[in-house]
Amino acid sequence: MSAEDRHTRPRDAMLGRIRAGLAATADDGARKAAVAARVKKRSAHLVPERVAKPADGLKTLLRGFLEGQSATVIDAATPGDVPSAVARFLRSNNLPQRVRTGEDPFLAGLDWSKEPTLERQSGRAQPGDEAALSHAMAAVAETGTLVMTSGPDNPVTLNFLPETHIVVVAAQDIVGPYEAAFDRVRSAFGQGVMPRTVNLVSGPSRTADVGGKLVTGAHGPRRLCVIIVDNRD
Amino acid sequence: MHPTSDTFKDNARSALADAQLQRALSGLPTGLVAQRTAARAKLPEFEALREIGREIKNHTLAHLDLYLEEYEKNATAAGAHVHWAATAADARRIVLDICRDAGARTVTKGKSMISEEIGLNAHLEAAGMEVVETDLGEYLVQIRREAPSHIIAPAIHLTQDQIEADFRRLHTHLPGNRVLIEPGQLVNEARTVLREKFLAAEVGITGANFLIAETGSSVIVTNEGNGDLTQSLPMVHIVVASIEKVVPTLEDVSAIIRLLARSATGQEISTYTTFSTGPRRPGDPDGPEAYHVVILDNGRSAMLGTPFQEALRCIRCGACMNHCPVYEAVGGHAYGWVYPGPIGSVLTPQFLGVKRAADLPNASTFCGRCESVCPMKIPLPNLLRHWREAEFAQGGGSMSFRAGLKLWAFLARRPRLYHSAARIGIALLGVMGKSKGAFRRLPGAGGWTRHRDLPAPRGRTFQQLWAERQAGVE
Repeated sequence: MSAEDRHTRPRDAMLGRIRAGLAATADDGARKAAVAARVKKRSAHLVPERVAKPADGLKTLLRGFLEGQSATVIDAATPGDVPSAVARFLRSNNLPQRVRTGEDPFLAGLDWSKEPTLERQSGRAQPGDEAALSHAMAAVAETGTLVMTSGPDNPVTLNFLPETHIVVVAAQDIVGPYEAAFDRVRSAFGQGVMPRTVNLVSGPSRTADVGGKLVTGAHGPRRLCVIIVDNRD
Repeated sequence: MHPTSDTFKDNARSALADAQLQRALSGLPTGLVAQRTAARAKLPEFEALREIGREIKNHTLAHLDLYLEEYEKNATAAGAHVHWAATAADARRIVLDICRDAGARTVTKGKSMISEEIGLNAHLEAAGMEVVETDLGEYLVQIRREAPSHIIAPAIHLTQDQIEADFRRLHTHLPGNRVLIEPGQLVNEARTVLREKFLAAEVGITGANFLIAETGSSVIVTNEGNGDLTQSLPMVHIVVASIEKVVPTLEDVSAIIRLLARSATGQEISTYTTFSTGPRRPGDPDGPEAYHVVILDNGRSAMLGTPFQEALRCIRCGACMNHCPVYEAVGGHAYGWVYPGPIGSVLTPQFLGVKRAADLPNASTFCGRCESVCPMKIPLPNLLRHWREAEFAQGGGSMSFRAGLKLWAFLARRPRLYHSAARIGIALLGVMGKSKGAFRRLPGAGGWTRHRDLPAPRGRTFQQLWAERQAGVE
């Protein structure tokens, strides 16, 4: 059996059994049209009332959920305030002034000269890294959820390997429901196209597997710090 | 795993007598159940979303062949290798081949019920690989050589003392006098031990909560981040997913994730929801270099076009077992196969045959709580009833049970005879039980009176009382 056969034979047999169960045929135009239309439609089924709010209301909602999930939320009035916010957060948690970060142009373009002792190492996370710094492409107010997209700008391992994760998100990138965030992913990457990973992150890592008691810091970050930047130009 | 569903009654008896287990299960009503109730109260649209979730899955299942084709097309375009596995054996072989090709010595795993269903760990271990469960609950049961007893809280049957004893027995490279009193200390120890495995693994295997036809993505939902380390650090990521996991679009996933965590743990959303599409892209500094998806049937297609098609809507949240009085009493292991609780009692007879799992659909009071909390509105009691009928049709049940049922059916089809028989019986019991008001023992009702008194009837049937009331006699 060729490699081609090893794939198509079980595939066709499985699809055939599914069609038999559904009493459907492979060439039913109406069914195909229904599926094609549904995949193209992409409209939200139901958006919870709680996100029917102006921008500052969404920001408050986002902050409330994140803090409820034991994340730290910091406001930065301008992008220029981000470096000192990062440095202060590290200091207040007795962490060295060092973060791992990707090539994100927004983060790279900040004025880091104000924090000369804060070292930024570039690239994917390494096992010894204590803190990472990422830029979220959006945040979903509905449940306090950051939307991270993988790539050289924001390597996926930064979200999970270090014990501390600091995420910067622009206030203008706060959206109400999940669907609005996915629309942003679509406009950034193309319809039906996704980066290798899209991570929805809603707090530090946690588990309740030991006796049903909630513990933060299971395998991923123990601390999540979210810096919301206003007035990003 | 070796099924023990055929000895459910014995399993349940030992579970009821197991003080440690009973202590572990006692937190269920104040834990997951209360948390779900609170989460549901905070989202007024919850009931409307259940109806939407049901519609999404019904539509997808009715077009399942086409959505799987669409999924495969888009996943392949993003660089995924999609494999089709008709049976558990096919899936095991495909995964083992990929692991061998990758030169795997250590394989890390995110939580996956499908991998339990196909017996993946034992198969890879037999080929000489070290297989490490990284979800904390799964790790806790793996080191005891047990199976998960709950689909989202695998170690719910274990107390903290048992976990501490296991860690001291197993993690002998750590100081013997270390302090392991707080849950956080146990979690930390597991974190440290498993971190080395994450970094060493050549292959990471996860399940999938969803496959998205529109984008060719697989989705996992976790709280610990273990699934993400499992799939981001090794060079090869394998997803094992069953055919019914596919949904059309990101909007459909959005609707269902509003139901999933709230139904499962009472969270607004799980900490991590991860969409994976293809391998790492050119220029990406991390992520796997190869991404495989194994799509498993293993008997599911035979449920299509039958009443059991409705069970394929299941999103594995665990709400039905959390709310089940039987599960709460005996725990998950008593059910004897991969899926416990009400959904397990529906699926196990399907997968193993009704003869080997006949007690499961009978272990229900049909109280209906499972159906009332199911985010996908699966009519679980009704499906259990289908199995009871199938069992009877296949000659199941003891001689006396079958004879009793036949006698009852004979009477129930003849209302006048039934009413006369009931009048005589109730009158007789009324006289016999008059002095004490209850029976300590009653021939033929030992199943009841062994555990509690049977209140004595007052001498007249409901039909009699009703007729008198209607006539104004009172």
